[in-house]
Amino acid sequence: MQTAAWMWSLMFMAVIAAVFLWVVAGASTKVTDKADPAPAYRWRNRLFWAVIAAGMVLTFGTLWDWPIAGHAAAAPKPDVVIRAVGQQWRWQLDRDTVKVGELVEFEVTASDVNHGFAIYHGKNRIVAQAQAMPGYVNKLRVRFTEPGDYEILCLEYCGLAHHGMRSVIKVRAGS
Amino acid sequence: MQSSTMPSTDTPAAKLAFQLYAAIGVAVFLLMMVAGAAFRAAQAVWVPLPANFGYELMTLHGAGMVGVSGLAGAAVMWYFLRRYVALSTGMFLAMLGLSLVGVVMILAAIGIGRYAGAWTFLYPLPAKSMGVWGTHAAAAYVGGLVFIGVGFLLFYLDCALAILRRYGSLVKALGLDQLFGSRPLDTSLPPTVVASTMVVIIQVLGILAGAVVLVMTLVNLYVPSVAFDALLMKNLIFFFGHVFINATIYMAVIGVYEIIPRYTGRPWTISRPFLASWAAVTLIVMAVYPHHLLMDYAMPKWALVTGQVLSYLSGIPILLVTAYGALVNIHRSGLRWDLPLRLLMFGLFGWAAGVIPAIVDGMLRVNLVMHNTQWVPGHFHFYLLLGLVPLLLGTLLYACTRSDWTESALDRASFWIYGIAGAVFCFVFLAAGWQSVPRRFAVHDSAWLGFAQIGSLAATLAVLAALVLGVRLLARLPRVSLTA
Repeated sequence: MQTAAWMWSLMFMAVIAAVFLWVVAGASTKVTDKADPAPAYRWRNRLFWAVIAAGMVLTFGTLWDWPIAGHAAAAPKPDVVIRAVGQQWRWQLDRDTVKVGELVEFEVTASDVNHGFAIYHGKNRIVAQAQAMPGYVNKLRVRFTEPGDYEILCLEYCGLAHHGMRSVIKVRAGS
Repeated sequence: MQSSTMPSTDTPAAKLAFQLYAAIGVAVFLLMMVAGAAFRAAQAVWVPLPANFGYELMTLHGAGMVGVSGLAGAAVMWYFLRRYVALSTGMFLAMLGLSLVGVVMILAAIGIGRYAGAWTFLYPLPAKSMGVWGTHAAAAYVGGLVFIGVGFLLFYLDCALAILRRYGSLVKALGLDQLFGSRPLDTSLPPTVVASTMVVIIQVLGILAGAVVLVMTLVNLYVPSVAFDALLMKNLIFFFGHVFINATIYMAVIGVYEIIPRYTGRPWTISRPFLASWAAVTLIVMAVYPHHLLMDYAMPKWALVTGQVLSYLSGIPILLVTAYGALVNIHRSGLRWDLPLRLLMFGLFGWAAGVIPAIVDGMLRVNLVMHNTQWVPGHFHFYLLLGLVPLLLGTLLYACTRSDWTESALDRASFWIYGIAGAVFCFVFLAAGWQSVPRRFAVHDSAWLGFAQIGSLAATLAVLAALVLGVRLLARLPRVSLTA
């Protein structure tokens, strides 16, 4: 998902840059006949409807199958439930080991300030995340597909040792 | 005596007020850039800063940049809006005075009280620092924001009154009667008035929400037994914060509507798509803020869907009305490029291109793995560092140098270095977000250092270029004209 977001963003930003460069490069040349912006605005009307159509496809394509498993909809019973409580500056997990393939539900909350519960695979890939907020429980469902130690980082700034607020979920091969 | 429905008069006090805004704006922007670059260098382990000092710099950089963006944006809006309605120089100066009081309080909170709760003062963090800062420090920070908010509110209320006196109602000033009426458009309604009316509406409501949450935070600081719902507070804070920072760009873009036609000789008049887009952004900017709360699953599903859909829609007016309109306006117009125009067009590009990663991050499926990574500062630095700042600089330079501008090689070099280094700085943030590097970490893991180091180099170059451009502007400030 991260790579798709990066590549799509680069592509559309490059298109915008190319259009700007093309117009800017020719801006100091004056057209001999009277400038008529009408064709440009007819193109804009077409572009508008194309963007609206693309937006509808994008909205239904990304939201029809609701991205947050178990949120605001009926969902299968999880195999494991782990309560994850954020507290300056540590995570309290009532269990830290699960098996590959298990449907794990994290009941994410906080006892003092807002925290962000983010599960990392290695240092450079977030698997999933949810906000940890006092007074609320956000249920985050994850099915780990690879064994390993997954680091939990806090992604909502929570004070002096925010960057050090970490824990580990051990995902072991199922038996 | 000046009629209340006529444009404002150009008094020496008005000119001095604008010069004050420009000078303070340039100085604060530069200082806050240095603070931000120092924080990035600390992440790169190139500047040895204790974590708490890093977070203080981060708080200062955030609050300072948001505040000065608001002030400089308001100065651009005041500069042009006063040509159509009678604005008060006193209220304009009151905003600056109250803001400076707020700045002193915030500086004291951070510098003396060691407050480091980030500019967003996310409840209940100001009250729960684990002993790092005290109640009075947090209160000084929150109180400082209250002073700044009151100053802005006075200014926007003065703008609202002036618009009402001249146009009769905000509906008419926004052109809604024309948009939904059957009569031909009255193109004498200036785009500046339409844009300013939108800003007045959203800012008054946004600042009022901000005032409510700031007062609630103050109450909680001194009476901890009075606690509030954290999700409600988060909604109020992000509504206020989102509206405020977005309004800065919508104010700065007024410079594009006013100045570019003078280079091209092609007037920029209102049209139905123009009016429709400004009516739409009035609603969208206020309703889109749940895209900041996509990872709060306690939010209702409809709010999260609204956040994603409106994020996408918010790009349409920017890309297809303002950016497209500017490109059509300059296309083969025979204009002569100079620094102010270059900056304005580059700023428009930064805003338009920065919208893309913002929309991408506003998608729930993406947000699930990119929320609060460096993707976020990547997209907002794109449309602030590469969008807002060039728009503001371009407008201010135009106001100072219209009649006798001579562009030096240093000007051109500074422009290109600022643009290229700034773009590298932003793309490094985006790339780091792609690689899941967290935002708002004073201390980075070794795997992330490369991003911080390249980012620091780019930031240093961008700050140096901004310094040259800022000094060039300050040197010409005595020549400023309110009718440029």
